[in-house]
Amino acid sequence: MSEKIKFTIDGKECFAERGQNILDAATDNGIFIPALCHIRDVKPAGACRLCNVKIAGRLMTACTTPVESGMEIENDIPEIQDLRLAIIEMLFVEGNHFCPACEKSGNCELQALAYRYQMMIPRFPYEFPVKEIDASSPKLIIDHNRCILCKRCIRAFKDENGKNIFAFKKRGHKLQINIDEKLSANLSDEMAQKAMDICPVGAIIRKEKGFNEPIGTRKYDKMPIGSNIERVI
Amino acid sequence: MTKKITIEPVTRVEGHGKVTIHLDDNGNVVQSRLHIVEFRGFERFVQGRPYWEAPVLVQRLCGICPVSHHLAAAKAMDVIVGAGAGDGLTPVGEKMRRLMHYGQIFQSHALHFFHLASPDLLFGIDADPAIRNIIGVALKFKDIAVQGVMMRKFGQEIIEVTAGKKIHGTGAIPGGINKNLSIEERDRFLYGPDPMNVDKMISWSLDAVNFFKDYHKKHRELIDTFAAFPSSHLSLVRKDGAMDLYDGVIRAVDAEGKKILHDVNPQDYLKYIAEEVRNWSYMKFPYLIEYGKKDGWYRVGPLARLNTADFIPSPLAQKEFEEFKAYTNGKPNNMSMHMHWARLIETLHAAEMMKELLNDTDLQKNDLVVKGTKVNEGVGMLEAPRGTLFHHYRINENDQITMANLIVSTTNNNEPMNIAVRCVADSMISGQKEITEGMLNAVEVAIRAYDPCLSCATHALGKMPLEVSLYDSKNNLIDKKRT
Repeated sequence: MSEKIKFTIDGKECFAERGQNILDAATDNGIFIPALCHIRDVKPAGACRLCNVKIAGRLMTACTTPVESGMEIENDIPEIQDLRLAIIEMLFVEGNHFCPACEKSGNCELQALAYRYQMMIPRFPYEFPVKEIDASSPKLIIDHNRCILCKRCIRAFKDENGKNIFAFKKRGHKLQINIDEKLSANLSDEMAQKAMDICPVGAIIRKEKGFNEPIGTRKYDKMPIGSNIERVI
Repeated sequence: MTKKITIEPVTRVEGHGKVTIHLDDNGNVVQSRLHIVEFRGFERFVQGRPYWEAPVLVQRLCGICPVSHHLAAAKAMDVIVGAGAGDGLTPVGEKMRRLMHYGQIFQSHALHFFHLASPDLLFGIDADPAIRNIIGVALKFKDIAVQGVMMRKFGQEIIEVTAGKKIHGTGAIPGGINKNLSIEERDRFLYGPDPMNVDKMISWSLDAVNFFKDYHKKHRELIDTFAAFPSSHLSLVRKDGAMDLYDGVIRAVDAEGKKILHDVNPQDYLKYIAEEVRNWSYMKFPYLIEYGKKDGWYRVGPLARLNTADFIPSPLAQKEFEEFKAYTNGKPNNMSMHMHWARLIETLHAAEMMKELLNDTDLQKNDLVVKGTKVNEGVGMLEAPRGTLFHHYRINENDQITMANLIVSTTNNNEPMNIAVRCVADSMISGQKEITEGMLNAVEVAIRAYDPCLSCATHALGKMPLEVSLYDSKNNLIDKKRT
């Protein structure tokens, strides 16, 4: 068993495996650091910037920064929390996130974070961008209105034969997720569901089974996001 | 000098509308119109969305009876997923939806009668507006106000256990429902502490019908003549002619009771019904094609339903139905204010149906959804609290909606409401030297009898202060009053 290293988050003494990133280490110590792009055991991307923490006065993404012995990390401080809220608000105004009719509502991590951070009216103006829905795949729908470009689907999802079915296309502000229509056609229902579950928002939707989960039984209906981590310790 | 009177907005209705009345030099009414000044656009922005989203998206048209839109869209999607029209669902699928719908009818009717209409009846049409409102009712007639609130709460809680939320739930999905009713949920309504149980709701509903009948005896002239005019009536009825608010065939009768639309399949509605656009309102004017734009209009809602149905399949409501029909010797009832009577009989029927369904063990079954061969088009119809509701959708090969047509209850009642306004304007405003607030409220009372939901009908949300403007013949504003 490897020797654990000692560090602190907001003054609380924590322990981590050497080489472990701050986000995973915080989770193991019962501390919630929000993230929309990170999936444990998948190479981190630092795409969403929600997991920013302060180390020695500098902002660092917790998912891409390894813990070091004696590190003093600031996480739950007003400056950082407001920064995170600002990012959540930015994600809302940059897309078209209409929770009332979204079948991911109740299971959506962006919505759950907005509730946790008590987002009211965003400080930024809504852009109401014109975006499209790609429904050409027989198994999945890509709703670009809701995509936050976290890259989770590209990094963490492969079909039954180990092939990527998601990729980026276009550049800059036109950047969007693209789905391989032919490969995705062969996905099993279980794999289509897995693709939907990897997406933190409602941008990837499997076809023909919407709203099957009754209200009250959805992931965040009863417990706010992060409370499962905070309850562990 | 001719004058134009404007009532804007019309109060104690759902949504936002205005009335204009044009008077000639002698103060006689030359034209009256109910204008619907909202625009919603749901039929357009549902295009491109996946079909299974429609029941959840389209119900956002309204916060008063979203269940109607939720279920009508779900019924259209049942057709699209090959589950069949109306009776193709599993027993638990159909009965959970029916329970949701009767909960909805019950709460909406209670809201309308107790909160919106009762102030006019309890205080009088020309009473001081400062007391002629639900707060006035609560202060002077506490028991009635409490009944109204509790009946509404009961219906809303039925909706919550069937749809997941009291407003804008997700229960009905294409081909069925996403949950059944647990024994614990059921027992709350069957055996809940007084007054929150279904037996008390039946008893209170009966009290409300009796309250109206007593009122009728004392105010017969008002109730029988106010905004009364002959018309055709249209609704769904069950195939055997029974009242059925969730499913059935389309039937219309004329003012004398002759069938003019013979129990046709809702999937074929376009063969029989069309809509006319007039340039002064965002609300269309539906009509029966066979009888043309001028004569093909019809009424929908509680009055129409009692006029088209042969009987009501629940004992207490049937007894009241027989008394209602006897009043007009079995002929259709064309008196607008009898809409309240009909609405309260339906409230009783809804309470009885809720009890019957709560006692049905099919609600505890687990086979929630059926699907068959997908098709690209479907119509879903039901009887919403305010009348017949049409939802019609087409989808493409990628499961996206390409066309939506909604004819909502209030739209069906557009011409009748305009005629009701004209009746009251002619009888109460024409030739009068002074226009009082009471006269203008009389116009609103006529509209209110139809319980219009103007938000839905234009597919906005309005605040409801009353504003009355008086214009001269050159459209110059010469007086304006606001409550």
